[in-house]
Amino acid sequence: MVACAQPERPAPDQLSPFTTRCRFATILEIQAASRPPYPTAESVVPMSKPAGVIVWAGVAIAGALSVATIALHRGEEINAMWLVVAAVCSYAIGYRFYSKFIAARVLTLDAMRATPAERLENGRDFVRTNKWVVFGHHFAAIAGPGPLVGPVLAAQFGYLPGTLWILAGAVFGGCVQDFVILLFSVRRDGKSLTEMAKSEIGRLGGFVAYVAVISIVVILLGVCALIVVNALKASPWGTFTIAMTIPIALLMGVYLRRLRPGKVLETSVLGFLLVLLAIWGGSWASHTPSVGRSFTLTAPTLAILIIIYGFAASAMPVWLLLAPRDYLSTFVKLGTIAMLALGIVALRPTLHMPALTRFIDGTGPVFAGNLFPFAFVTIACGAISGFHSLIASGTTPKLISRETETRMVGYGAMACESMVAIMAVIAACVLQPGTYFAINSPAGIVGQLPEVATATISSWGFPVSAADMHSLAQAVGEQTLFNRTGGAPAFAVGMANIFSHSIGGQALMAIWYHFAIMFEALFILTVLDAGTRVGRFMIQDALGHVWKPLGRTSWYPSVLINSALIVGAWGYFLWQGVKDPLGGINSLWPLFGISNQLLATVALCVATTIIIKMGRARYALVTLTPLTWLVAVTFSASYYKIFDPNPRIGFLAHARQLAAAPSTAGIARLIFNDRLDAAVTAILIIMVAMILIESAADWIRILAGRKQPMVRETPFVATRFATEEQA
Amino acid sequence: MKNLLVQFSSSTRRALAVIGAVLREIFDESAYARFLERRQLTTSPQAYAEFLAESRQQRERRPRCC
Repeated sequence: MVACAQPERPAPDQLSPFTTRCRFATILEIQAASRPPYPTAESVVPMSKPAGVIVWAGVAIAGALSVATIALHRGEEINAMWLVVAAVCSYAIGYRFYSKFIAARVLTLDAMRATPAERLENGRDFVRTNKWVVFGHHFAAIAGPGPLVGPVLAAQFGYLPGTLWILAGAVFGGCVQDFVILLFSVRRDGKSLTEMAKSEIGRLGGFVAYVAVISIVVILLGVCALIVVNALKASPWGTFTIAMTIPIALLMGVYLRRLRPGKVLETSVLGFLLVLLAIWGGSWASHTPSVGRSFTLTAPTLAILIIIYGFAASAMPVWLLLAPRDYLSTFVKLGTIAMLALGIVALRPTLHMPALTRFIDGTGPVFAGNLFPFAFVTIACGAISGFHSLIASGTTPKLISRETETRMVGYGAMACESMVAIMAVIAACVLQPGTYFAINSPAGIVGQLPEVATATISSWGFPVSAADMHSLAQAVGEQTLFNRTGGAPAFAVGMANIFSHSIGGQALMAIWYHFAIMFEALFILTVLDAGTRVGRFMIQDALGHVWKPLGRTSWYPSVLINSALIVGAWGYFLWQGVKDPLGGINSLWPLFGISNQLLATVALCVATTIIIKMGRARYALVTLTPLTWLVAVTFSASYYKIFDPNPRIGFLAHARQLAAAPSTAGIARLIFNDRLDAAVTAILIIMVAMILIESAADWIRILAGRKQPMVRETPFVATRFATEEQA
Repeated sequence: MKNLLVQFSSSTRRALAVIGAVLREIFDESAYARFLERRQLTTSPQAYAEFLAESRQQRERRPRCC
C-alpha cells in the first residue's frame, strides 16, 4: 500500500490520473493504455442502434407512466403491478445509464488492473470468482430483515412516500454507495470501511466509523430481537416452530459432519422439509392445551430467552447448532423472497392502502413523526443502508475477478434488495388499512380492548371491527392480532394473504402466516447470533489496546467478558423496548434508522474524499448529493428525536412528561431510558458532524490547491488475464 | 424454429449452471471443494471437520446485514 501524490488531470481521459503516475510500466500496461480501460463517453450514452433506442425509450416511458400512476392516483385503489413495473424500469435505467456513467467517468474502472482476488489469491479469503456467483453471494449477505420491516412500518404514511423514497434512494443513493465503496475496497486490497476512513480521512475518521459501526450493531441487534419478541409473544404456534429449528439444526449438523460431509445444499433442503413439518406441528401444539401452554410465552420471558441465546451463540462452542441454522436461514430467505416475487406477479394484488394517509402530519400510531424526516430514516435498507458498506468492504471485494464487475455486484445487488423492499410495501398495502393499523398500533395508543382499539382506528377513517380482527386471527391460527407492533406480523399477514390467494386458499392461510413468521424469526435470529459474535470481536479488538489479554480471542475469560458486554448492550435496548408502553418500536426503530443512515453518511464521506483526491472533483456530486440528503435527514431526525416538545417524538419531552406524572413503579427506569436514547443519538450525531467537518475541510484544502491529494490505493499491477479479457 | 429451441435450451442450461454455482458458493460447497483441492484430500468427516475449523474464524467475523 503506498500513498501517491495526485497529479493535475492529464489530457487523455482514458486512464485514471492516479494509475498513470503510480504504476509500473509493463508491456501489458502499455497495451492497456492504448485502449480505453472503461466504456468511452460514446458508450455511456450510446443509442446508436435503433433497436436499443426503441427498447430503452419503451422502458423509460413505461417507468414514467407507472411512477405517474402511483403518484397521481387519488381516491381509487391501484394494482400492485404499477409498483413492480415502476421499480423494474427505474432500476433498469439506473443500472444501464447512471451506473455506467459512474463506472466510466467517476471511477474509471480498469479491466486491466489486477484485483486483490488475483494478486493475493490464497483459496480461502481471496478467490477469483465468477461475477454471477459474487453477485448472488453479495445479495445473500446484504438482504436481511431491514428491507422487509422498514417499508411495512412506513406504510402508515400510505404507499406513495415509501415507494418513491425506495426508488430514488436506491438509484441515486444506496446503489451508488455500495458500488463506490466496493470499488474503493477492491483498490485497497479489500480494506474495511473503518480502515479506509482512517487512511483517507484521518484517525478521527477511523474512530468515528468504528463507533458508528459498533453503535449500529448494538441498536440493530436490540431492534431485531424486539421484532422477534413481538412476533412470537403469546403465539404458541410460532414459538413452537422456532423452537423446533434448534433440534433440526443439530440434526443437520450431524448429517453434514458424519453422513454427507460438505453437502450443504442437500442438508439445507432436508432441513427445510423438516421446518415445514415443524410448521404443521405448530398447529398441533397450539391446539393441544398442555403443549400450547408451554409455548405461550410473554414478551419479557421471550426477551430473556433471546438474551440467553445471544450470549450462548457468542461465548459457547455451539458451532454444531449455529452453522446449519445459518445455512437453513439463508436457504429459506432466498426461497421465500423468490416465492413472494412470483406470488405478486401471479396474483397482481390490489393495494387497499391509500397513496397518502392523514399520518403524514406526524401523528401516526405505528411511530410518531412527520413524513420528513421520519419516512427516510424508517426505510433505510431498501433505499440506502450504511450497513451495506461493511459487506461491500468485507468479504465481497476479496472475490471480485475484474474491477469492471464491481458495477454489477455493487449497484446491481442493491437494486435487487430495493426490489425486496418494494415487495414489502406491497405486502403491507394489500391489507385493509384498518387491519394494518390494528396489527401495528401499540395498546398505549389505540387501547387494550378490541372494541376500544377498533373504535379508535375506525374514527381515523380506516374502518375495522373487532369481529373482523377476530376472524382474521382465527384464520391465521393466532389468539389475537392486536398490538403486534414491529412490522413482522403485518408483513406475515400480507404475505399469507398473497400466498393463500395463489395456493391453497383460506385453508392454508394459517400455514402461510406461520411460514412467514418462521422465515422472519429464523433469519433475524441468524442476524442476532452473527451480529453478537461480530460485535464481540470488535470490542475485543478495541479492549486489546487497553489490556492485551482482553484482545485475545482464544482466552476464555475475555470471550465471556466481551460476550457479556455486547449482549448486555443490545439486551438493554431489547428490555427497554419490551417494557415500553408504546411498544418499543416507536423509540427504537427511528434510533436504528438514524444510526444506519449515519453510517451511510460516514461511507459517503469516505467515498467523496477519495473521488476528490482522485482528481474527479467535478463528478463529486454523485456521492455528495446523497450525502447532503442524508445529512439533512439524519440531523433533523436526531434533532426531533432529542428536542421535539411532543412526548411521542422527543425523548427529553417524554422524560419530562413521565417525571411530571404521579410516581409509579419503574417510572425512574423509563425516564432513564429516554435520557439514554437522547444521549446515544446526540453522541452519534456529534461524532458524524466532526467527521463531516474534517472531510469538508480536507476537500476545500485540496480544491483550493493548499493540500496535495494523496490516495492510498494499492499500486497498479496488470492482470495476468488480459488476453482472457480481450477475448 | 429448431435453432431457437436449441438456443433456448442451451441458455436455460447455462442459467441453471450459474444458479447452481451461486448456490454452491453461498452454501460454502465451493469453498470446501477448494479446501480439498488445496490440501490434496478427499472428502471425509475428518476433512470436513478440518475445513470447518479452518473457516470458522473467517465465518465468525462475517456480519449479516440488517
